[in-house]
Amino acid sequence: MSGALLTVDNLRISFPTRQGRAEVVRGVSFTLGRERLGIVGESGSGKSQTGRAILGLTPPPGRAEADTLRFDGRDLRHATAADWRSLRGRRISMVMQDPKFSLNPVMSIGRQLMEAAARTASSRTEARAKALAMLEAVQIRDPERVFHAYPHELSGGMGQRVMIAMMLIPEPDLLIADEPTSALDVTVQIEVLRILDALVKERGMGLIFISHDLRLVSSFCDRVLVMYAGRVVEEVKASDLMQAKHPYTQGLFRCLPRIEGGTRPLPTLQRDAEWAR
Amino acid sequence: MSVMSREWLLTEQPASRRQAHVGQAYRTWLALRGNRLAMVGLGIIVVLILMAVLAPLIAPYDPIQGGDLRTERLLPPSWQHLMGTDDLARDIWSRVAYGSRITLMVVALVAVIATPVGLLVGTISGYFGGVVDTVLMRITDIFLAFPQLVLALAFVAALGPGIENAIIAISITSWPPYARLARAETLTIRNADHIAAIKLQGASSLRIIWGHVVPLCLSSVVIRVTLDMAGIILTAAGLGFLGLGAQPPQPEWGAMIAEGRQFIIDNWWVSTMPGIAIFVVSLGFNFLGDGLRDVMDPKARK
Amino acid sequence: MTAVEETEGRNGALPPWVGRLGRLLVTLVITLVGLLFVTFLIGRVVPIDPVLAAVGDRASESTYHKVYLELGLDKPLWEQFLIYVNNVLHGNLGESVLTNRPVLDDIADTFPATLELSTFAILIGTCVGVPLGVWAAVRQGRLVDQIVRVLGLVGYSAPIFWLGLTGLLVFYARLGWVAGPGRIDIAYQYDVERITGMMLVDTLLQGQWDAFWNALSHILLPGTLLGYYSLAYISRMTRSFMLAELGQEYIITARVKGVRESRIIWRHALRNAAVPLVTVIALSYGNLLQGAVLTETVFAWPGLGMYLTNSLGSADMNAVLGATLVIGAVFVALNLLSDVLYTVLDPRVRRRG
Ligand SMILES: Nc1ncnc2c1ncn2[C@@H]1O[C@H](COP(=O)(O)OP(=O)(O)OP(=O)(O)O)[C@@H](O)[C@H]1O
Ligand SMILES: [Mg+2]
Repeated sequence: MSGALLTVDNLRISFPTRQGRAEVVRGVSFTLGRERLGIVGESGSGKSQTGRAILGLTPPPGRAEADTLRFDGRDLRHATAADWRSLRGRRISMVMQDPKFSLNPVMSIGRQLMEAAARTASSRTEARAKALAMLEAVQIRDPERVFHAYPHELSGGMGQRVMIAMMLIPEPDLLIADEPTSALDVTVQIEVLRILDALVKERGMGLIFISHDLRLVSSFCDRVLVMYAGRVVEEVKASDLMQAKHPYTQGLFRCLPRIEGGTRPLPTLQRDAEWAR
Repeated sequence: MSVMSREWLLTEQPASRRQAHVGQAYRTWLALRGNRLAMVGLGIIVVLILMAVLAPLIAPYDPIQGGDLRTERLLPPSWQHLMGTDDLARDIWSRVAYGSRITLMVVALVAVIATPVGLLVGTISGYFGGVVDTVLMRITDIFLAFPQLVLALAFVAALGPGIENAIIAISITSWPPYARLARAETLTIRNADHIAAIKLQGASSLRIIWGHVVPLCLSSVVIRVTLDMAGIILTAAGLGFLGLGAQPPQPEWGAMIAEGRQFIIDNWWVSTMPGIAIFVVSLGFNFLGDGLRDVMDPKARK
Repeated sequence: MTAVEETEGRNGALPPWVGRLGRLLVTLVITLVGLLFVTFLIGRVVPIDPVLAAVGDRASESTYHKVYLELGLDKPLWEQFLIYVNNVLHGNLGESVLTNRPVLDDIADTFPATLELSTFAILIGTCVGVPLGVWAAVRQGRLVDQIVRVLGLVGYSAPIFWLGLTGLLVFYARLGWVAGPGRIDIAYQYDVERITGMMLVDTLLQGQWDAFWNALSHILLPGTLLGYYSLAYISRMTRSFMLAELGQEYIITARVKGVRESRIIWRHALRNAAVPLVTVIALSYGNLLQGAVLTETVFAWPGLGMYLTNSLGSADMNAVLGATLVIGAVFVALNLLSDVLYTVLDPRVRRRG
C-alpha cells in the first residue's frame, strides 16, 4: 500500500423529500490504497450512492458533501466540470449496477464500447480492436456479434460483462464495481474476478467492490466495509470477518446458508433501531 | 360527521374512503394554491364567470342594438367606449361582456355532453374487454383519425350553422380522448379486489360500472377536460370566425373578429378586442391546467 | 450468448417487422373504411336534397327521378354506402356545385398549396422547436425554460386566425416587411408553370429567382405563424421527453465514461427522445392541416383549407366531405408513417416485431 489512492472522510448524501432533506449516506469515511475494498450492506443502505459520489455523480436534487474527498492527491470537493471529465473514465470508472437500465437502449454495444475506448485510443480501428479484445477478455464467446448487438438482445449476464468490459477499456486507476457479478454463473464469475484481481496486483488499480454477497466479498477482498442505513458500522480485514464485532455483521454471517444443512428454522436477521443512529 | 377540520382533511390515517378522497383533493388544492400561475388562471376564470353573471350591470350599452350610425360608427377606444365601437355603432366592450356568456355556455355544455359520453364508452370498453372493447375502441380511433376542427366543420356543415350545432359538433369530436383515458383507468382497476368482491355479490355489470368504476375514473377525466377547455374555446371561436358558430348579431368573440376583419387596417380595435378576450380566457384555462398537471405529476414536483 | 443466437436463429422466417407492418395495414384499412363511413353518414344527415343539388331546382319531374335513381337513393343504406365506397375508390368524389368540376380535381389543385404551407411550418417547428426544447430541458428552471413555457402557453391560447390578422396588420400593412395575402403577386402568377404545384419548388425548378423571392415573402408570415404553433407544441414535448431521458441510468453510465456533455445530450439523450418525438412531430404535422383551414382563410391562401371553408359557405357538401376525407386520410397516413419511423428508430421494436 503505497499511500492512499482515495480518501473519503465524513461523506454525507442527502435527498430532499416532503419531510425535508433525508440523509441516505451519513458520515461514511474510509481510505483506499491499491487494494480490493469490499462494501456490503443490505439493499438501500447507500452503497451505490457512495460509489456515485466519488465520481461526482450524485443525481440532482441530491447533494453530496464531505470533509475530505481526495483522489490521488487531488481534492475532488471543488472539482470543476472539466476536472471531472478528465478524471472519469480514464482515472476513475464505475461498473454500473443494472446493465438493463445502464446501457443506452438505442445505441449498439460496439458504439458504446468505442466511446469508452475513444479517449485512450488514437484511431477508430484501435478503439474497435480494444473493444473487441476486452469483450473477449470478459469471456464473451462471440465478440463480433455482441459488438453489433443492441442491449435488449443480451442476457443479463452478458450485459454485466459488457458493462465491465466498457469500464475496463480505458484502464482506470480506480474502479468502483457495483455488484458486477450478480448475474454471472460461477465459472464466468471466477474469470471476471481473476481479471479484476490481476489489474489490482499487476497494474496497482484500486478496486471498490460493492456486493450483497458477504461470502464472495470475504474471500475476494482485502478489506470489507459493512454499511447499514447509510453508515459504516464495521470495517475489518476480510480474513477477520468471522470475528466481526458489530451485531449486524454477525447477524449477516449467521444468515448465510451453509452446505452442511444448517440451522432450522431459518435464522432471521435481527435489526436494532439503535444501529441506525 | 362533517367536521371538515384541517386535521380531519390532512390525517395520514383516513377513516373512510371518502375521507381519503376529500383529503387528497384538499392536499391538491393546497399545492395548487402555492402555484402562482395556476392562481392567476383561476382568477381569470372567476372574472369570466363574474362577467357572464353581471353582464347587464357592467355593460354600459346594449350588445345587439347599436347607437347612431352617423356619429358612433367605428369609434376608437375612449372613456365613452372602452374598447371602441364597431361598424354598426355597437359598443365593443358591451359585446365582449355579453360574449363571455356564450363562451362560458359553450365550455360548460361541451364538458357536460362529452365527459359522460367519454366516461361511459371508456369504462364499458375497459370493463367488458373482448369484442365490445375492440369495436368501441375502433370507433374511437376513427374519430381520432380526423383533426378535431375539420371533423367539427363537417358536422356543422351537415347540421347547419348555429351555436347549438357548433356545441354538438365540438362535443361529438371531443369525447374520444376521454374514452381512451377512462378505458386505461378502468383496465387498472377492473381486477381490483373490491370490484371482484362486488361482482361476487351478484351486482349487475352496469351497476358496477356506474357505481364503482365510473367514480374512480371521474377525477382523471375531469382534470383532462379542464386541460382541454382552452382548446374547446379556441375551436368554438374558430367555428364562429368561419361563420359556422354563433350567428350575427350574437356577440360571439370569434364571430366578432370575423366582423372586424374588413376594417382591420384602419380600425384595428374591432377585431383586436375580442381576440384579446379569447386569448386571456384561454390563457386562464391553460394556466390552471398547467398548474394542475404540475401538482398531479409527482415527478415534476420539486 | 443465448439471446443473440436466438434472434439470429429466426432468420429463416420472415423478418418480424413484416408482421408488424401487416397489422398496421389492417388497422389502416379499418380506419379508412371508418372514415368513409363517417363522411357518408354526415352526407346523409344533411338537410340538403342531394338530387336538387345535382340537377338544380328547375329540373323536370322526370329528370329529378332519373337522377334520384342514378344516385342510388332508392337503395338500402348499406348498399348506398357500398356505392359510395366504390365511387371513392375510383376517385369519384362527386362534383362541386361551386366550381362545377370534379371534387377530386379541385383537391388535386389545392392540396399542393396546403402541403407547401404546412411543410414550411413543420420545418420551422422542428428545426427551432427541438433544439429549444432540448435547451430548456438542460437548463431546467432557467430563462430558456421559462421562455419555452411562455411560448407554449401563448401558442396554446392565442386563436391562430386572430394572430394571423394581427400579423397582417403589423407586418404587411404597417411595416411592409412581408407580402400580403395570396401565394404570389399577380405579376408573377402566370409566368410560373405548374410542376409540383408548390410555388417555392416550381419557381426554383424554373430558375425564376424574382418569383421565388416573391413567393417566399408571401409564405413567410402564414408559414411562420403556423410554424410557431407547431414549435410551441414540439418544444414542450421535446423538453419533457428530454427530462425523462436525462434522468435515466444510461446517462450516468455515459458520464462515468467521461463522454462530453454535448454528446450526452445530443447523441445519447436526444437519440432516445427521438423515438416518441417522431410521433409528436407527425401528429403536429397533421394538426397543421387543421391550423391551415383557419390560416388559409385569413391569408387567402388557395389551399385545401380555403377550399373547405369556401365550400362550407355555399353548402357544397360533395366538396366539404371530399376535403374532409382527404384531410382525414392524410392524418391517418401520417400516423402510419410515424409508426414506421418508430420501428426504424427503436432497435427494440425493429428487431423483435
Ligand atoms: N434519486 C434519489 N432520490 C431520492 N432518494 C434516493 C435516490 N437515489 C437513491 N435514493 C435513496 O438512497 C438510499 C441508498 O440508495 P443506494 O442506491 O445507494 O442503495 P444500495 O445500497 O445501492 O442498494 P442496492 O443494494 O439495492 O443497490 C436508498 O434508500 C434510496 O431510497
Ligand atoms: Mg445499489
